[in-house]
Amino acid sequence: MYTRDDRFVRWQLYLGFVSLFVGLLMGLFQAVDRANIDLYSSVGLQSYWQGLTLHGVLNVLVFTFAFNAGFLTYVTSRALGRPMAVNALTQAQFWLMLVGVLMAGFAILSNSATVLFTFYPPLKADPIFYLGLVFVVVSTWCTLANIALSVRAWRADNPGQKVPLQAFMSLVTYIMWVLCSVGVAVEVLVLILPWTLGITEKIDPELSRTFFWLSGHAIVYFWLLPVYISWYTMLPKQAGGKLHSDPLARLVFLLFLLLSIPVGLHHQYTDPGVPVIFKYIQAILTFAVFFPSVITAFSVIAALENAGRNRGGKGILGWVFKLPWGDPSVAAQLVGGLAFLSGGISGLVNASYNVNQIVHNTSFVPGHFHLTVGTAVTLSIMGIMYWLLPSLTGRKLWGLRFAQANVWLWAVGVAIMSRGMSQAGIAGEPRRFYASAATYHLPEWDFPNLMQAVGGTLMFLGGLCFFIVLVGTLFFSRERDESVRMPNVDVIIPAEKGAAIFTDRIGTWVWFALALILLSYGPFLITYIANPAFVARGLRAW
Amino acid sequence: MPIERLEKYFLWAAGAVLLVFFLTVSVSAFAWGMQLPNPDGRVDPENLTAPFDKPELREIAPGQYEAVLTAQTWAFLPNKLDIPVGSTVTFKITSKDIIHGFEIPGKRANVMIIPGQVSTVTVKFDKPGEFLYICHEYCGIAHHVMFGKITVA
Repeated sequence: MYTRDDRFVRWQLYLGFVSLFVGLLMGLFQAVDRANIDLYSSVGLQSYWQGLTLHGVLNVLVFTFAFNAGFLTYVTSRALGRPMAVNALTQAQFWLMLVGVLMAGFAILSNSATVLFTFYPPLKADPIFYLGLVFVVVSTWCTLANIALSVRAWRADNPGQKVPLQAFMSLVTYIMWVLCSVGVAVEVLVLILPWTLGITEKIDPELSRTFFWLSGHAIVYFWLLPVYISWYTMLPKQAGGKLHSDPLARLVFLLFLLLSIPVGLHHQYTDPGVPVIFKYIQAILTFAVFFPSVITAFSVIAALENAGRNRGGKGILGWVFKLPWGDPSVAAQLVGGLAFLSGGISGLVNASYNVNQIVHNTSFVPGHFHLTVGTAVTLSIMGIMYWLLPSLTGRKLWGLRFAQANVWLWAVGVAIMSRGMSQAGIAGEPRRFYASAATYHLPEWDFPNLMQAVGGTLMFLGGLCFFIVLVGTLFFSRERDESVRMPNVDVIIPAEKGAAIFTDRIGTWVWFALALILLSYGPFLITYIANPAFVARGLRAW
Repeated sequence: MPIERLEKYFLWAAGAVLLVFFLTVSVSAFAWGMQLPNPDGRVDPENLTAPFDKPELREIAPGQYEAVLTAQTWAFLPNKLDIPVGSTVTFKITSKDIIHGFEIPGKRANVMIIPGQVSTVTVKFDKPGEFLYICHEYCGIAHHVMFGKITVA
């Protein structure tokens, strides 16, 4: 029943993991740069900055996007118990992404797009780079269409029933992303492409940044929410527990749909072109978007406690030690969750309006997001792959010890590296820092940089163990195992107990979200666009 | 929607903590003047008008200085400032080409420099010593050599 979709799901995942491998390798290069070792010339890269562009683009724009497309297509079809509505869309999402990645990758490797993953104009890359990104984004629109059509078909066949929780979450995740992707689509299609193609002469850098960050914070929830689906509905099942409330889990996803987007200005707290009143309004909303994650912290930990107690755990914390830590799929996600707790705290620092001035664009920022997207998301995805790969290929997982080493090397590595980055950042070390060649230096950065080198190297070794398991399972696993299915948690309070506004009416929430975006961005954009600054010609500054 | 009793308490407590944090930040910004950068005019990066046609440090009142800086790939102009102890310096900065950044480690001075916009930030230098001002946004191949030095004496 699923074979036709699964073929493309697998290819999409492989595309993501090939990208992740190169991305992690570039991470290693950056880490050892902190110890004054230059590996770039040894592989024919022109500069640290070209490697850093690969690191950012491949890890957060390709790996996450490819995984989400494959994983949520898989989850939707299994949750609904039917193949995807339009197989052509499953195919299109893969081919579009592949073509886009090849175009952008070609531009970066030929050193004509050394603009980092934020590609702020007036840095001016080859048009093929931006066109490649357009293909990647259009691919995600196909995924949304396919999930939405599949859910609609399921509803037509099951009138009056609640959409299964995992399909509901997949749908809300993609609606949230596609809604926010309008920002970067406007930036690239209206501002950047006409400019790099020579149709317009000058660009407004502040306006471009604003459209970029309109998508740029919600994108982090697009990275995160597929992992939340696993933490809510799969991890507790793997550990042997129940989720307390289905409707509350749905509400969390709807709150992300509502609040993820109208907070992008908190990335522009120090921008000279944005009046403080608009920054302040979005600071309030940024604090509000902590709330669904606060709910998640309680709900997921409660479900895990339920699991630990079912396994005989006693006392306040005894259940923690009864969780199946030896199962790498579970352990990876437990470590991911722990990383997310600390990442949430450093995120609160970044979000805190004027406190942001201490850490803005310093190493503190990568110190934060290597805990969140770099570990909560990436390590959890590695854990998910430890059951998803057997389920998709029918092969038994190969190399259990490597899988366990993956988890613990990564955990220790990120703890050391992020600690170093955070400390260096508070001492003013800039983000995006070519440490070994910089002509300025503060002694306070020395020890934290060593921590970054050691921690980053350990993370890479952990990543390498993951790839050994991946390749081993695909090529050396001789045992068949057809028994692995998608975990699906039992709930104590079913969807039927929640009001329809929390469990059914996604469309209403889309209208709420649009209204909030208009209220929070509208006044600034209207006043700014009335008096824009199209002043920059652009520069190939590398 | 039925929410478990303990979870409700937890959410109220977390909400209260977030509220206290936010109120603290708000008071420090709006009552105590630790405010974020605000727009301070526009300038054409290809045709810099006053004061950016002549970037320099100038005294505008006793103990009050204005440091007019321009940023370009890959240097600040000027890249050395000598400041008397106890002075208050208002930095006014703009870019001649692409996006740059400006931060002084150890001070609450952190602002983006965006072509077309004027970035303003005010810093008080109480004690003698040396400070760096660093470009903290990627600005091309030699981004890592772009900085300046402040000597407070």
